[in-house]
Amino acid sequence: MIRAEGLTKRYGSTLAVDHLDFEIQPGVVTGFLGPNGAGKTTTMRMILGLDAPTAGTVTVNGRSYVDIPFPLHEVGALLEAKALHPSRSAYNHLLSLAQSNRISRQRVDVVIDMVGLADVAGRPVGKYSLGMGQRLGIAAALLGDPPILMFDEPVNGLDPEGILWIRNLLKSLALEGRTIFLSSHLMSEMAQTADELLVVGRGRLIAADSVANVVGSGQGTVRVETPHLDELAAILRARGATVTYVDNALEVHGLDARTVGDAAFENRIVVHELVRQRESLEDAYFRLTDASVDFHAAALPELAGDRR
Amino acid sequence: MTAVIVNEPRSAAGPETARGTYRAAVASEWTKLRSVRSTVWSLVVTIAITVGLGALLCAAVVARWDRLDPIERLRFDATGRSLAGIFLAQLAIGVLGVLVIGSEYTTGSIRTTFAATPRRKTVVAAKATVLAAVAFVVGAIGCFAAFGIGQVILQGKHVGVSLGDTNVLRAVFGGAIYLTAVALIGFSLATIIRRTPGAIAALFAIVLVLPILSNALPSPWDNNVAKLLPATAGESLFSTRAAPDILTATHAVIVLAVWVVATFAVALISVSRRDS
Repeated sequence: MIRAEGLTKRYGSTLAVDHLDFEIQPGVVTGFLGPNGAGKTTTMRMILGLDAPTAGTVTVNGRSYVDIPFPLHEVGALLEAKALHPSRSAYNHLLSLAQSNRISRQRVDVVIDMVGLADVAGRPVGKYSLGMGQRLGIAAALLGDPPILMFDEPVNGLDPEGILWIRNLLKSLALEGRTIFLSSHLMSEMAQTADELLVVGRGRLIAADSVANVVGSGQGTVRVETPHLDELAAILRARGATVTYVDNALEVHGLDARTVGDAAFENRIVVHELVRQRESLEDAYFRLTDASVDFHAAALPELAGDRR
Repeated sequence: MTAVIVNEPRSAAGPETARGTYRAAVASEWTKLRSVRSTVWSLVVTIAITVGLGALLCAAVVARWDRLDPIERLRFDATGRSLAGIFLAQLAIGVLGVLVIGSEYTTGSIRTTFAATPRRKTVVAAKATVLAAVAFVVGAIGCFAAFGIGQVILQGKHVGVSLGDTNVLRAVFGGAIYLTAVALIGFSLATIIRRTPGAIAALFAIVLVLPILSNALPSPWDNNVAKLLPATAGESLFSTRAAPDILTATHAVIVLAVWVVATFAVALISVSRRDS
């Protein structure tokens, strides 16, 4: 279990992480969500003892990471995949890590096979593609067969095939009962893989809950398609709804699907489609982090419309 | 070095684990050192320059020998001349010392290293151990080869010496010790500066520029200051000449040791205090 109490990191005048309190439960996939610059990477670095907290503590299985003599057996982490010496081979990179934690050479071969790098393990990693580098980083994380795995943006820059591979790998690692803590800004990935969510913005904790609860906490919308858009919009607004035009349909906030259908019927307005839309994780995320995005892309309404 | 590890303030575990992590880190660092091309090149270049330049300088003396005046002939140090390639070779081994940790800061892989071995002083001590061992062995190979080849050339004028002569063996090992010291100073500078180019510049300034600057000082300050520099100490260590203007072997070793230990101590403090 990873537990943070009042975890704070200040760089000069910037508060990168601001009094974070959280517990990452064993045997669960926890997603770490937040806009760029929200403090996700800094938090992960503090967990690994790379950055010292300005205040507060973070422990792994009850002790500070820096007090674990051979930590690869407890926590495997992928932070920056391409932070490697370019002329060293993947095999020697993994071997040096294994030796530092008294892990056998056989295990090095096992993880190389697991991530599918057996054919290229003798090549210098400088010649690796981003996807191969990512696989090597994951092999390094798996070296000590650790119960806790931490991945910072594991699908960043990968092609669809690579993303699918990582998604399946995460699922199988979770099925083995491992604790997985992964950060991402890709909502679809999180919705597919995570059970629990930690949402941060500007270094502060915004939400810590299950994916179902985070998604369910917002209201859904109703999409209604009709040839008489203006007419129906006026009627629904009169009943207190917020109505927006999306393509050739209306998106209705504040009324349920039944009320919208009844209102259309009472006013003899033809309805071609009436759909109840659950809030997506993406919607929930934007709702939660809206106030805390550092750099808003101002005046891009069409992009905002594309969110769903 | 062991004392440093045992006294590691952040470690909760006992000395037994401390030795275990140190041994594991040494094995890991040896794999890292031998598995990059730049290591092999630095070592090959170190030996090639020590031997090649030494041979060239000996051949030059042989060519001029008949025109040298008697005082020059009397003061000629056959051992020191055959080892003079060290002045250039020290740059190659010094760069290797810098790269041992500088390349990890440049690529960011230092974070992978520290995540695997959170006792950073242990990592730094292990790197220094492996580097010192490799630098000494390679330095010794280079110095013995340069001495042997140099003496064969000097024998053309019958001025060669043998390993059994006074102070000769000490001088040849002294060359290896000096090369090891330069590698370690480069390593510590890179640990403190955390940038490869900056550390190389700092190292070259210490071994090349400071001796020139000290020469510009008014007498007797030029000699007094020069005696405190690693390059001057190294020079007196790998020559067999004894004169009032150069250090004795014991003093030279002390000067080198102070430089190595002082920079290493600052490196240890710096690595454990800063975020990586």
